[in-house]
Amino acid sequence: MSRQVISTSLSVGLATGLYGLSFGAIGSAAGLGVPAVMLLSLLMFSGASQFAFVGIIAAGGAPITAVSSAWLMGVRNSFYGLRLNTVIGPRGLWRLLAAQLTIDESNAVSAAQERPLDQKIGFWLTGGAVFIFWNTATLMGALAGNLFGSVEAWGLDGAAAAAFLGLLWPRLKNNLALAGVGALVALVAIPLTPAGVPVLLAAVVALLPIGGKK
Amino acid sequence: MISTVIFASLAVYSWKILGFLIPDRLIGRRGRLIAERMTVSLLAALVVLQGFSSQSVLVLDARAAALVVAGALLAMRVPYIFVVLAGAIVAAGVRFLGF
Repeated sequence: MSRQVISTSLSVGLATGLYGLSFGAIGSAAGLGVPAVMLLSLLMFSGASQFAFVGIIAAGGAPITAVSSAWLMGVRNSFYGLRLNTVIGPRGLWRLLAAQLTIDESNAVSAAQERPLDQKIGFWLTGGAVFIFWNTATLMGALAGNLFGSVEAWGLDGAAAAAFLGLLWPRLKNNLALAGVGALVALVAIPLTPAGVPVLLAAVVALLPIGGKK
Repeated sequence: MISTVIFASLAVYSWKILGFLIPDRLIGRRGRLIAERMTVSLLAALVVLQGFSSQSVLVLDARAAALVVAGALLAMRVPYIFVVLAGAIVAAGVRFLGF
C-alpha cells in the first residue's frame, strides 16, 4: 500500500464531503426538514441525485418527478459498479456496502491507482471518507443554514474541480483523445440538455472508437 | 416526505447494485475495457461540469483560474493534496478580489 493513495482518498473525501454543507442548507431551505435531508445523505448518498431531488421539491414539483430525476442522475453509478466488481470483488454484505459507497469519487480514486491493492484501498477509503464528511457536513448545513458561508466563498467548488482534474491527470497520457472528446461533449451538452444528460453522453463517448492505446 | 425519500434512495441504489450483480463472465474483457474507458470520459465531463457550469449555463469564473493553477501544479508533479488545496485557495482568492 502506498501513502499516496491514503492522502489522495482523504483529500477527495474532504474536498467533496464539505459540499454537504451546501446540500444541507439547500435541503433545509427547500422545506424538507432535517430528518428527510439527513436520510437523503445517508441512504441516497449521491450528490447529483440528491441535488436534483431537492431542486425539484424546492421548485414545487411532484414527488414522482423528484424520484425519477434522482433515479436518472444515478445511471452512471451502474457503470462504476461493473468496473468495481472486478477490481474489488466484494462478497455477501460487503457487496451491498460497496454498492452504497459507489460514487464518482470512490471509483475515480480507485481507477487512478496502478497497483490492485491500492485500487481496493482507494475505493473503500474514499467512499468511507466522503460518506463521513458528507453526512457530517449535511447535518451542519441543515441545522445552521448558511451560517458557515457559501461553498463558493471558501473556494470548495474550485477544490472539487481541481480534485477531478487531479484524478484524470494520470490517465491523460494514454487517453488524451478520449478525455478531450468527453470534455467537449459535456461542454456542448450543458447548455442544450437537461441536467444529468451531459454526463450520460460523455459515458457514450467511451463506446466510440476514440484513441488508439488501450 | 420520508417515504418518498426512502423510495427515491432505493431507486438510486438500484443502479449502484446493478453493476455489482452482473456476473464477471457476462462482462468479459471488452466490457471491462469499456468500463475503464468510461471512467476517463466521465471524469473529463465532470471536470467541465464542476469547473465551467452553473445549473445548465456555461460560466467562466474563479473556478477556471483554480483549474489553470491545478493543471500547472499537476504538470510540475506537485502532490495531489496540495493541488486540491491550491484549487480552493485560488478560487476563494479570486472571488475575494472581486472577480
